[in-house]
Amino acid sequence: MNPTLHSILAFVQTWWVELLCAVLIVLVVPLIAGYLALVERKVMADMPARLGPMRVGPPGLLQPIADALKLLIKEDSIPDNADRFIFWLAPVLSVTAALTSMGAVAFGPWFQAARDINIGLLFVVGVSSLGPIGIVLGGWASNNHYSIIGALRSTAQLISYETTAGFALVSGLLLAGTLNVRAIVEAQRTDHAWYIFLAPVGFSTYLIASIAETNRAPFDLPAAASELVAGYMTEYSGFRWSLYFLAEYANMIVVASVGTTLFLGGWLRPFPNVHWLGWLDAAPTLLLAAVGAYCVFRAGKQPARLQSLVMWAVAFSSFVVSAIFVFASPFSHLPLAKMHDGLYGAFWFLLKVSAYIYIFMWLRFALPRFRFEQLMRLGWHILIPLALVNVVGVAIALALHSEFSWNRWLATFFTTLATLGAAMMLLRWNDKYSAAAALLADSSIAEDLHAG
Amino acid sequence: MPAAYIPLLLFSLLVLTFPVVTLVVFKCIRPGSRGGPAKFQPYECGILPETSARGRYSARFYIIGMLFVVFEVETIFLFPWAILFRTWLAQHLAAFALSYMFVFLGILLVGYVWLYKKGALDLA
Repeated sequence: MNPTLHSILAFVQTWWVELLCAVLIVLVVPLIAGYLALVERKVMADMPARLGPMRVGPPGLLQPIADALKLLIKEDSIPDNADRFIFWLAPVLSVTAALTSMGAVAFGPWFQAARDINIGLLFVVGVSSLGPIGIVLGGWASNNHYSIIGALRSTAQLISYETTAGFALVSGLLLAGTLNVRAIVEAQRTDHAWYIFLAPVGFSTYLIASIAETNRAPFDLPAAASELVAGYMTEYSGFRWSLYFLAEYANMIVVASVGTTLFLGGWLRPFPNVHWLGWLDAAPTLLLAAVGAYCVFRAGKQPARLQSLVMWAVAFSSFVVSAIFVFASPFSHLPLAKMHDGLYGAFWFLLKVSAYIYIFMWLRFALPRFRFEQLMRLGWHILIPLALVNVVGVAIALALHSEFSWNRWLATFFTTLATLGAAMMLLRWNDKYSAAAALLADSSIAEDLHAG
Repeated sequence: MPAAYIPLLLFSLLVLTFPVVTLVVFKCIRPGSRGGPAKFQPYECGILPETSARGRYSARFYIIGMLFVVFEVETIFLFPWAILFRTWLAQHLAAFALSYMFVFLGILLVGYVWLYKKGALDLA
């Protein structure tokens, strides 16, 4: 046999799961991003008790597909004085950075495009921070004032909050002691605690920073519609626009996955070591069966025949997945039982990621937008020092536990209390300082008037 | 183990081909863009742009950029310390592990307070 072919075959034999995951991520994530947008529109509509998209497909279920088709065949205009090559390159860069960083994320103990790389989390953080380059290039290439202001804002915001996110991750890594994504989750199993409980301030700062890093409301200043038209994507239309859109949603999934892996126990079920809570393992089956039953119940009440057909289809697929979970349970003797860890892990992981993303959407519709200098002040004056103090607090709690054999929860309680005290102090300083700065600004305005 | 990175490399190439191929393939399908010169002006809410957008902008962004480099390098130095922290605790090196980083953070803190007082962290 040809030796090259042979080595390729050997390679595929060793890494086929990873390669399959890679192909799946590239194929499925754009679809998931489209459906996330649908969910977001539904949530947006639900908050004031409306219905959201209802026309395309039964309860709006085919809306993302229609949108995708429209965007793919839509006219794609480039302004005359734009830099054509960079205009073309920028969204590609953005989406590549967002999707590549997904490679090191483990969606359950089995599903990861890069298994066993020992810098997993660092890879995710590093590659996803290439995204701003795509944004700033896009804004610059458009040669539009709104675009360039949006790009500058976006870069300033992303790099400011990346620092906060980095410090927040350090507080979790102190507890985990490894960067390998699988090892982090396993460390939470052996520690008998999700790290959100051992580093609550770290998780909160990461949550805020991750919202700012994905340019989501209330920190959506780079694309603030009422100020900057659409910010850095003002000139983009058609499929290029949807690439930016895809990058935003892929980034949301990435930050949610990182938060889930490090702070929310990854693919572990709640209380993974408590045996009498073992019935929680039945939750995936029961939940999906309940969804299926609800769809069957609602199918007869749909006004159109097509609508009830789709409801039946959704019910059927929920029942099928539910049955897969039953066959994959440890009690069955089918070959599927070997997949037990992977399937159940993926369920809990995706459930936690969905909850995290739901918080993003909830905040978007509940809070008004920040002003840019308020956003920078929150980042540099409060969150960065708070995240730093929290790193120190978590380190001291660990040292108290191991050196002076304090109870772990007691040590965490006291250090968290101290960290929150520091946060209060920072807020008071900031108020005093900004009052003084406002006075100063007033006097300088007066001077300007005098001079002008 | 370098072999583990090969699937990752293949994955990133695959990811790169996705937008490129889709852009190129659908370029053949979608209609070309037509229209007069007004259509290809930058969209600035109906007002014709007087100047190129690539002019001067606030130097504050430059300061933010420099501060970012300082703090991000700081984060990078914290990562290995955080990874090794529990190993050191297990070897009863707690005093070393804590003081090691507190000196580093202390130096950073002095700089941070100075920046705060100078108003370098204010954008307004």
